[in-house]
Amino acid sequence: MKTAAQSVLPGQSRAHEVVLSVRALAVDIRTHRGTVRAVNDVNFEARAGETLALLGESGCGKSMTAKALAGIMDPVCDLAGGEVVLNGTDLAALTPKERLKFAGPELGIVFQDALTALNPVYTVGTQLGEAFRIHRGLGAKEAKVQAIELMERVGIPEPESRVNSYPHQFSGGMRQRILIAMAVALNPRLLIADEPTTALDVTVQAQIMQLLRKLREEGQMAVVLITHDLAVVAEEADSVAVMYAGNVVECGPVSEVFSDPRHPYTKGLLESVPVHVGRGARLLSIAGSPPELHDIPAGCVYQSRCPLVQDICRSERPQLLPVTDRPVNDRPVDDRPVDLQDDADDYAGALLSRPGRAAACHFSEEINNV
Amino acid sequence: MSEPLLQVDGLCKTFHVAKSARGNTRLKALDGINLTVGRGETLGLVGESGCGKSTLARTLMMLETPDEGTVTFEGTNPFGLRGKELLSWRRRVQMVFQDPFASLNARMNAGDIVSEPWATHRNLYPSSREREARVRELLHMVGLRPSDARKSPQEFSGGQRQRLGIARALALNPDVIILDEPVSALDLSVQAQILNLLNDLQQELGVSYIFISHDLTVVRHVADRVAVMYLGRIIETGATEEVFDHPRHPYTAALMSASPKLDVTGVKRDRIVLQGELPSPLDPPSGCRFRTRCWKAQDICAEVAPEPRVTAAPDGGLRLAECHFPLETVKGLTGATATAG
Repeated sequence: MKTAAQSVLPGQSRAHEVVLSVRALAVDIRTHRGTVRAVNDVNFEARAGETLALLGESGCGKSMTAKALAGIMDPVCDLAGGEVVLNGTDLAALTPKERLKFAGPELGIVFQDALTALNPVYTVGTQLGEAFRIHRGLGAKEAKVQAIELMERVGIPEPESRVNSYPHQFSGGMRQRILIAMAVALNPRLLIADEPTTALDVTVQAQIMQLLRKLREEGQMAVVLITHDLAVVAEEADSVAVMYAGNVVECGPVSEVFSDPRHPYTKGLLESVPVHVGRGARLLSIAGSPPELHDIPAGCVYQSRCPLVQDICRSERPQLLPVTDRPVNDRPVDDRPVDLQDDADDYAGALLSRPGRAAACHFSEEINNV
Repeated sequence: MSEPLLQVDGLCKTFHVAKSARGNTRLKALDGINLTVGRGETLGLVGESGCGKSTLARTLMMLETPDEGTVTFEGTNPFGLRGKELLSWRRRVQMVFQDPFASLNARMNAGDIVSEPWATHRNLYPSSREREARVRELLHMVGLRPSDARKSPQEFSGGQRQRLGIARALALNPDVIILDEPVSALDLSVQAQILNLLNDLQQELGVSYIFISHDLTVVRHVADRVAVMYLGRIIETGATEEVFDHPRHPYTAALMSASPKLDVTGVKRDRIVLQGELPSPLDPPSGCRFRTRCWKAQDICAEVAPEPRVTAAPDGGLRLAECHFPLETVKGLTGATATAG
């Protein structure tokens, strides 16, 4: 009943190739108190067979980013700029019709709340077959056969008899499986999972994560996992982009970002988890709360809660820049990339290149002194 | 642990519901619950949704009447009390709710919310001057400003609202506070603030907590002892470190293993991933209730419900696990995984 964590198969042709590239994405929301910028200058890449986590607290813009990628924003939201390049095509530049035709089969999305995401008046078979009817032109009968196959693929027992059931007749975990099945129906290259397990119990959460891993590896999908849970990121993702008040404040490979955070917010989040301290000991919390979207300050978005804040942070917004390398000798051996661990002597004093590591902080070098 | 403040013996609660698939109309939400809470102690209560955690909380709050079993609170059974005695008992057990957005009346200001319990418990702070002073004191205790008393709940953030909920629970100077998922609706950075506050209040006031949560990391941080529930029964209890590091019931082991861990070393763990989901409490499995998902289940598990096995933990406390085949020799989860294979 246990399953070992599966490893990524090496040597697959499409593995690690960039599937999605988001550049300078910005989203505005029109409110009665004026237009606010909910997502500001967000950049990241998602690669085939890998999971990128968008990590942040509520209101940081992570779900808004997901909706902008999928082109399903609320009517009061506008794409204010940027590119969403999926397989070489900029989705942001397409008309809705072109987008449906192109992105429909290439991009799948899984929502948090399966009960509201599924239509209660249609059977799951009808809803699962929809993608095949619209994009593959199949008839109702053929679509149903495909739906049964899909249900089998995501581990729903007795799919032949359950294909005619309605969403409310399934348990929470099974509904989430159905939602995942809908998202992967046409073997998309990109799967966006917006808090896919938040509403589920831990034992079921583990099952769903296992399923997502399996599907990702089978189809070499790029997965964008949106979550607020640091532990889920640590266990499931390859790379992470930490968002705060609509901005990506830090990104990079998960193991590096979590072991050596270079933004005070990332460090504060990591320290808020009651895992490093003894029972009952004081947790290091981040004082205050995130800024309202209506009054995001000029300068750094994190200034009001930052222990390192200086004058420059109030006047000038830090750009997301590659983090400055530290000499190998300054870091413990275990912390170095694997290929450098064996022959550390040869590299003594060498500077490490940190692909993909970036942080938006004027003082990212001084983080460890916080 | 000192002598228990609150003791629960054989508590059962059955609800009558519409017919299930097998024609059963009796839902046994609690099926023989035994637990104790010491003075100034935190008991963590963990389990998946539908296991009866909230029914237990509601029964301890006397919002439900149990069918069987007794609750003993400093030697008296509150379910036999009437009138003034009952009122004075109710004062001593209070609750903080999960959702800080739904549990505060939007039409009242913060001061009214905190002082509302005194409308029932009139003789606690008879004069309005005393009440006003006490509201200011309570707001200060939970980290809000006295001037916040005039604000309405909508003007507060989620964390501040939860502070308000805690202040309301403290208004009657209770001995036990039942915290039903008090931080699960909050963001991580705010969650840490609230956990620190709860810890400070416990140190200061010596109040006992029953801390209900599905977040095992949080429970491990706050609880002195842990009780694990599955389908209306407590299947394992013991000191927190013992239960987390050396689970004896397979379900506890699976629960610990399934919960994601923040491990920055990047080493992927082997996990016990249970098959299936929680069976319906309307038609619980015969014998051991966990057998349908258990990798150690044998014929006897379907026939005979396991008796609680009590063992002495290394620290002198008592461990209890309801299993025919408890994980005996296991040293932490790695061992448990090996057994699972």
